[in-house]
Amino acid sequence: MKLPIYMDNHSTTPCDPRVVDAMLPYFTEKFGNAASRNHSFGWEGEEGVDLARKQIAKLIHADSKEIVFTSGATESDNLALKGVVEMYREKGNHIITSATEHRAVIDPAKSLEKKGVSVTYLSVDKMGRVNPDDVRSAITDQTILISVMLANNEIGTINPIAEIGKIAKEKGVLFHCDATQGVGKIPVDVQALCVDLMSFSAHKIYGPKGVGALYVRRKAPRVRLVPMIDGGGHERGMRSGTLPVPLIVGFGKACELCEQEMEAETIRLKTLRDRLQEGITSVLEEVYLNGHPIERLPGNLNLSFAYVEGEALLMGVKEIALSSGSACTSATLEPSYVLRALGVGSDLAHSSIRFGLGRFTTAEEVEYTIDRMIKAVNHLREMSPLYEMAKEGVDLKSVQWAAH
Amino acid sequence: MAYSEKVIDHYNNPRNMGSFKKEDKDVGTGIVGAPECGDVMKLQIKVENDTIVDAKFKTFGCGSAIASSSLATEWLKGKTVDEANSIKNTDIVQELNLPPVKIHCSVLAEDAIKAALNDYKKKVEPESQEAATSAAVTNG
Repeated sequence: MKLPIYMDNHSTTPCDPRVVDAMLPYFTEKFGNAASRNHSFGWEGEEGVDLARKQIAKLIHADSKEIVFTSGATESDNLALKGVVEMYREKGNHIITSATEHRAVIDPAKSLEKKGVSVTYLSVDKMGRVNPDDVRSAITDQTILISVMLANNEIGTINPIAEIGKIAKEKGVLFHCDATQGVGKIPVDVQALCVDLMSFSAHKIYGPKGVGALYVRRKAPRVRLVPMIDGGGHERGMRSGTLPVPLIVGFGKACELCEQEMEAETIRLKTLRDRLQEGITSVLEEVYLNGHPIERLPGNLNLSFAYVEGEALLMGVKEIALSSGSACTSATLEPSYVLRALGVGSDLAHSSIRFGLGRFTTAEEVEYTIDRMIKAVNHLREMSPLYEMAKEGVDLKSVQWAAH
Repeated sequence: MAYSEKVIDHYNNPRNMGSFKKEDKDVGTGIVGAPECGDVMKLQIKVENDTIVDAKFKTFGCGSAIASSSLATEWLKGKTVDEANSIKNTDIVQELNLPPVKIHCSVLAEDAIKAALNDYKKKVEPESQEAATSAAVTNG
């Protein structure tokens, strides 16, 4: 086993070597501009893009014409929210989203608010799910867009997207889904989910960084957008700019591999993830699962280790790449807003660790991680005044702490 | 975030980690911070003839918070109560090479020192009824 261990696959993933192999010719021999219609170099590029578009569309059960390439999911989210609002502004002035969305949705929503758009941020239940009934009751005659994520990037909770999609369809409101964490990991069918727009990206699914897609429905309804980038009219005029052919080819290959291997990979990842959870919680007391126990991504495990601060814990297992919801790991010094939205106390939010298992995670790495986590938590609890007080029977909630 | 070697050393080999009996007359205890804010420090001093002969800490917090309190216990030992009062958070920042976002850890350590000293002073001069600093939380 090699150190360090990478267990932060919600953040990004390594390129699969098979993806790199598919991409390589497009950097050198097949370097043509896919928009060059008059020579073989251009045709080669276009062929690569066409195949990729088909591979990507197949993974989400869309038509290849409905795939708009972008620089990544953040751009896709921005294009979906801002592009729809600008196009349909005369129809209404209200959008609905949820409190646990990624910043790539929350921030464009905030930016639209500053421009006078009214935004409803739906709360989630204790396990991080949006209640479809809340979506229904939030819809007004002014609502032009609903945006709810498929799976959360911190806690891995999967939302009831099909139910929300049905409500959106029934009410005639466009529905965008940020599926960045879900596509390639769980089955996604844009028809069954009734989504009209969907964002996702390559680097979360063992493809290259720098390319993503926005699915834009062409029929029933035909969704229109005001582009954010003008110049050349690429991608049905929705996103201009020369296509990054090697990245797109890699994105396509990555989607194809995910589709072929999803069933087996899901079982493998769930087994490893469950072993990780069981290995830790069977030894350590007061470890709490954040998110949904069942409706969660196969590679996700988010745990709070009471009486231990997350960043200190990461420092104790620094040869394992993990992520924490602790304030100390963020620039804002606020603990994770996602965990706070679940009703997780600030203390436990500070104590949270996200494990992101992926295609290259091995059973040996999981066993090593279990062992190291137990040792690090015990080391820090030994050092923790909170643990000591709790052991003495002090109710920490009754203590009047001086906030600072 | 990259930690300085000194922070890593204190984290891996915390100095004087542990607890004294809070009730002992020669012990001063300071507990500062709040779990909601992500850091709580408990700093204790043992005093003989106005000199701090021993010090202990326990900290819930990030590596910098742990290192700040660990370092504080090292510095407290051998100092008189008055000398200890002059330890500044900026000294801790300098010694541990803390980045700007971690300065609050050193502030907390200074607060913990002051709280422990106040607690001790209250014990030896009960009539003076010196008000505890707002940061001293000992009602647990």
